[in-house]
Amino acid sequence: MTEPLRLIVNGAETALDVDPHTPLLYALRNDLELKGTRFGCGTGQCGACFVLIDGHPAPACDTPLWSAAGKSITTVEGLGTGGGLHPLQNAFLAEQAAQCGYCTSGVLIAAAALLAKNPRPTEGEVRASLDRNLCRCGSHNRMVRAVLRAAREIAP
Amino acid sequence: MNAVAESRLKRKGSLEKNPRLSQWLRVLRDGAVSIYSGKVEIGQGILTALAQIAAEELGIALERIRMIAADTSVSPDEGVTSGSLSIQDSGAALRRACAQARTLLLERAAAHLGVSPGDLQVKDGAVRAAGLSTTFWECADDALFDCEIDETAELRSPRDYRVVGKPAARRDLPDKIAGRPHFIQDMMLPGMLYGRIVRPPHNFAGLISLDDSKVKSMQGLTAIVRDGGFVGVLAEREDVAISAQRALRLAASWKEIDPMPQDVHAWLKEHAAEHRVISEKENADVKSRGVTMLEASYTKPYISHASIGPSCATAQIDDGKLMVWSHSQGIFNLRRDLALALAMREDAIVVRHVEGAGCYGHNGADDAALDAALLARAAGGRPVQVQWMRDDEFAWAPCGPAMALSLRAALDPQGNIVDWRHELWSNGHSSRPGRSQGPALAAAWHLSTPHERPSAINMPLPAGAADRNAIPIYDFPNQRVVNHYVHEMPVRTSALRSLGAYANVFAIESFMDELAQAAEIDAIAFRLRHLKDPRGRAVIDAAARRAGWSNWKPVEGRGHGIGFAKYKNLGAYCAAIAEVEVGREVRVNRLVLAVDVGLVINPDGVINQIEGGAIQSTSWTLKEEVKFDARGIASLDWEHYPILKFSEVPAVEVELIDHPELPAAGAGEAAQGPTAAAIANAVAHALGLRVRELPLTYEKIAAAISQST
Repeated sequence: MTEPLRLIVNGAETALDVDPHTPLLYALRNDLELKGTRFGCGTGQCGACFVLIDGHPAPACDTPLWSAAGKSITTVEGLGTGGGLHPLQNAFLAEQAAQCGYCTSGVLIAAAALLAKNPRPTEGEVRASLDRNLCRCGSHNRMVRAVLRAAREIAP
Repeated sequence: MNAVAESRLKRKGSLEKNPRLSQWLRVLRDGAVSIYSGKVEIGQGILTALAQIAAEELGIALERIRMIAADTSVSPDEGVTSGSLSIQDSGAALRRACAQARTLLLERAAAHLGVSPGDLQVKDGAVRAAGLSTTFWECADDALFDCEIDETAELRSPRDYRVVGKPAARRDLPDKIAGRPHFIQDMMLPGMLYGRIVRPPHNFAGLISLDDSKVKSMQGLTAIVRDGGFVGVLAEREDVAISAQRALRLAASWKEIDPMPQDVHAWLKEHAAEHRVISEKENADVKSRGVTMLEASYTKPYISHASIGPSCATAQIDDGKLMVWSHSQGIFNLRRDLALALAMREDAIVVRHVEGAGCYGHNGADDAALDAALLARAAGGRPVQVQWMRDDEFAWAPCGPAMALSLRAALDPQGNIVDWRHELWSNGHSSRPGRSQGPALAAAWHLSTPHERPSAINMPLPAGAADRNAIPIYDFPNQRVVNHYVHEMPVRTSALRSLGAYANVFAIESFMDELAQAAEIDAIAFRLRHLKDPRGRAVIDAAARRAGWSNWKPVEGRGHGIGFAKYKNLGAYCAAIAEVEVGREVRVNRLVLAVDVGLVINPDGVINQIEGGAIQSTSWTLKEEVKFDARGIASLDWEHYPILKFSEVPAVEVELIDHPELPAAGAGEAAQGPTAAAIANAVAHALGLRVRELPLTYEKIAAAISQST
């Protein structure tokens, strides 16, 4: 058996004794029981499984565990600090920015990455940065409004 | 006839089938009220709206309402959550039930306190009189609601509403936005195994061979389950189940059937088996005034549900009893079809609803439930979760049917329509469980004792299915509408949001614009001239005003257009105005929608549904088409089935016209047809050329241009 893989998930270090080729998605969802990261396509085309890897949004379905080892992984559960919600999540609630909510986690992750590098994006920049996330219910505009609202709250 | 017997004759909503008060609610000691609805949350916010209705009639705070997930062992059977009927069916029933419950609670409270009900002061379930007090929670017991709903209790007047008609935050969103487990895909039961199904991405009649020698020895694989052409895998780990599924698919060869016709729309016209005249009006005198004749044909392709989360189910067999967790729209019908497929008694099966990803009609949810149950038979009592992969979903979930439509009309010299003809060709729009002799579940057709694959059917008018909204809402002196039903199915089809209304409204409203142009009359003035219905006229006016229709400034490559319908000719009125820009591709810049759903329960919920429907319809209209190769569906991923992206989504404005005095109609499907028509009309306006084939892609536009020159 190979060495256990060391992952840093939402700030906590963890070791997993699983096949290093396992997609990160299943380690997060099933081994670590972090269900907020969701399966959508398995090929990185829809964004439902986005997580931050060293701050960059990446599809967990298409990321083998070995390539995430030792890196800092943030899932939707780890976006907030001190047990609270991230300002983006509060803004999503305020705007009621979802219908089914299945794509929401991935959108939040992509938006968090955007705001980290561009705290006051334009509407066009928000849309462009979410183009790798698919939403089927048509909640796009509400989500864009929520991201802009969060940006105002984070960097007034 | 006494009042009770009389009221039974006009039972509201779902009370007909579920007449006992105890079926609908329970008052709990802790100050909460559990509401049992048979309708299910599919991302549309229905449980929030139903909770508002219950809180309103009970006269208690919204926070006290607990909506119990539908479950065949505890919930009223309310059929399928479809057709934008949940507010009408479940909402009307809950309104009656909760009004009666409140009356009974007040009577009992009065008895406890030794006063008459008229002397009680009631606030949020706390009851006071003569210096004494009690609560609903103290007064209620199971016996109190063990009675028939007699529909005599007085309903609260809409004028006094405090909860209904006000925006209410969706009850399910805090979990979903925090990323907490909420979806069926997130379920984790002790000892749960992961399953995947091995199916080719096209129709097949059976398995020719399966070489499982390599897969068998895969570490962590629990079982390869085979029953005829049904093949599944079970594993301790989900990723192992997926690897095994992929490997087995490569190691299998299938008996193929049903090569796809090249031109689906021509094929539909050739294969119609039933021709039904669904509306006919004759006035030979007026007809003879026709001087300008127009005709045009329109098409709509097969469309995928394309939910972001593939279908999923969990099942467990314990002591001969089957427990199924499913995101089905119709848990009772699913139970019936599971019983047929598994040769079990219905009372040995419980189906409980758990939310899935967005549901827009009959998708793979029910199929996945049978998949999970079949694998659970081989799991030794352990629960089994099956999720479809993305390609399973695109290949196996039923499609929204392709349709072909031909319209003809005659104008008199004043530009009035004096004759109208509408013909449509389509497969059926429903192959849901519970409606045919055998199980309507994919796996059942491949078992060693296979069941026959049912053909999709059409529900009867007035709601209709393929012919939904085919009868024009305009007042024409002569008209004839014909539904050509195609029984043979090259592709599995079933209900997709708004059914035939999407294509019928697209065709009718496109043709109205073609006629308006021939008559040289403004598109909106032309519609109003043919429309008496005041609520219809009002939404058209409201949309036109909000969009600034009459102030439109012509710009090269830009256009605006309108589409209008009353959903099913029975439900919500919706007028949409689109503003587009046509370069290489069509870009919709702005959509303005005016909507009348009668009484509005949750304004933000209605706006969300209309806005979402309009954006989804924009996606269908601009981009979506199931692609085929000779074997079957070839669009098996998002690259080959693109949907609208964030940067392509138009600005959407929704205006609600509230009618608190009128019954509430559903909002979920009202925007689909009008949005498509508005976009098509705007594109025609921008190009000076009509594109009659959906979707309005570069290829379709180029083809229309080359045909016109």
